[in-house]
Amino acid sequence: MKEMKFYGTALPNIEVEPYSGKLVVIEGTDGVGRSTHVALLRTWLESAGYGVLDTGMTRSILAGRGIKNARAGHTLGRLTMQLYYAADFADRLENQMLPALRAGFVVLTDRYIYSAIARAVVRGADPEWIRGIYGIALVPDAVLYLRVRSAEELAGRVLASGRGFDYWESGMDLGLQNDYYDSFIAYQKLLLREFDRMSGEYGFSVIDASRPVRRVALTLRKSISRLVQEEPLMGPIAGEKETEKQDKAKSAAVPPLRLAVKSEARKE
Amino acid sequence: MISYGHHRYPGRLFVVEGTDGSGKSTQLSLLHQWLKAEGYPVFFSEWNSSPLVKDTTRRAKKRRLFTPTTFSLLHATDFADRTERDIVPPLKAGAIVLADRYIYTAFARDVARGCDRAWVREAYKFAVKPTVSFYFRAPLDVAIDRIASARPQLKFYEAGMDMGWADDEEESFKIFQGKILEEYDHMVSEFGLTVIDGNQPIRAQQRLMREIVGRHLKEKFKEKVVLAK
Repeated sequence: MKEMKFYGTALPNIEVEPYSGKLVVIEGTDGVGRSTHVALLRTWLESAGYGVLDTGMTRSILAGRGIKNARAGHTLGRLTMQLYYAADFADRLENQMLPALRAGFVVLTDRYIYSAIARAVVRGADPEWIRGIYGIALVPDAVLYLRVRSAEELAGRVLASGRGFDYWESGMDLGLQNDYYDSFIAYQKLLLREFDRMSGEYGFSVIDASRPVRRVALTLRKSISRLVQEEPLMGPIAGEKETEKQDKAKSAAVPPLRLAVKSEARKE
Repeated sequence: MISYGHHRYPGRLFVVEGTDGSGKSTQLSLLHQWLKAEGYPVFFSEWNSSPLVKDTTRRAKKRRLFTPTTFSLLHATDFADRTERDIVPPLKAGAIVLADRYIYTAFARDVARGCDRAWVREAYKFAVKPTVSFYFRAPLDVAIDRIASARPQLKFYEAGMDMGWADDEEESFKIFQGKILEEYDHMVSEFGLTVIDGNQPIRAQQRLMREIVGRHLKEKFKEKVVLAK
């Protein structure tokens, strides 16, 4: 169990109580492979018997659709965009993440407040202002930051994925450059710089994401297994001795977390 | 990002604030008519009017999805859109902007709902400081009577039913409005709101308003605006 700790003022009307889950943040710029890794981690944790909730930006019931529509129209002003994302975040925090953490889930979140802060600051928002708004955020148990070496590498990945360049991912609203490629590079460079700046401030675990997927996956697994194995997988059973409890937890039908990334390894 | 109190625009911004039923909207529309008749370019902006956020707010109200925090942030989003679209550009162009409800509505409501005072103020830091903010103060029972006669049924969030203060809507509304009134009273000195006695006859209130607004509208300003137009 861990006490809830918030970056700033806690949410109103929220019971600040110890929780048994783990809040794991996967951060990184566009195209770095966050969603791939969240999916891999989810399967891995679930096969070992951990309850997993995964969430990410614009996935709130409250504001997700509204943000997507506004983005599609390319009509979002800068301040409006930052606050819309904050509303989306607050809804997911209150209605998805906190309940899951209280219930003992591992919450994997694809991006957290750091992406939102980086995007806002790059767009000229007052850094104190945006940090103040996100003061409602729970301090996560781990922030795993997938870092690539250059914006050019990200561009290659975006192309390889077959998606091509997106208006917002390329920061076209900023008017930095005239075409999508040049704008993407310029925008992602600014974001990478912001992430590096936040790394120390928020205690990111920096993971070199320029390596092959299975290597990155292995590093992520190591970090998370360290985190989740601090807590027994099964709740204590009354009347049992401490050692018996541990034995029971170990011999339970649920397999332990394995670090090796098997299917990937075989392919090589 | 330019913070509250630091914007320098040639236009003028006048806002009206107060609880529901305080008579502020009536007064603002009378002011609007007058300014138009005087030949000023006037732009009118209403609370909760952003086309980008409207559907989300409507759906959330209907399905009762709001918490105090998301209620606050979604209204801030709406206000940001209004600021970026309807308030800053006309002010830059030298027009007069009239706003029915402004950031003080959010400060009063959200804090009454339990949001942190400093946090809500920080969220709205990007707002343009009005030239004059009129606060229409009406006693609680008068305001409640006016609303009750205008609308037969109180809405869920309007009555503060999300807070569980009372089972009865009217009772909950009274508690909520009482808290809001208290917050407004705190803000009079904090933000230098101009208090208008909502018990005065409509014409007397309007005369006072026009007198105050007139002080900020020099003849020169009017000519310049008209020429620019």
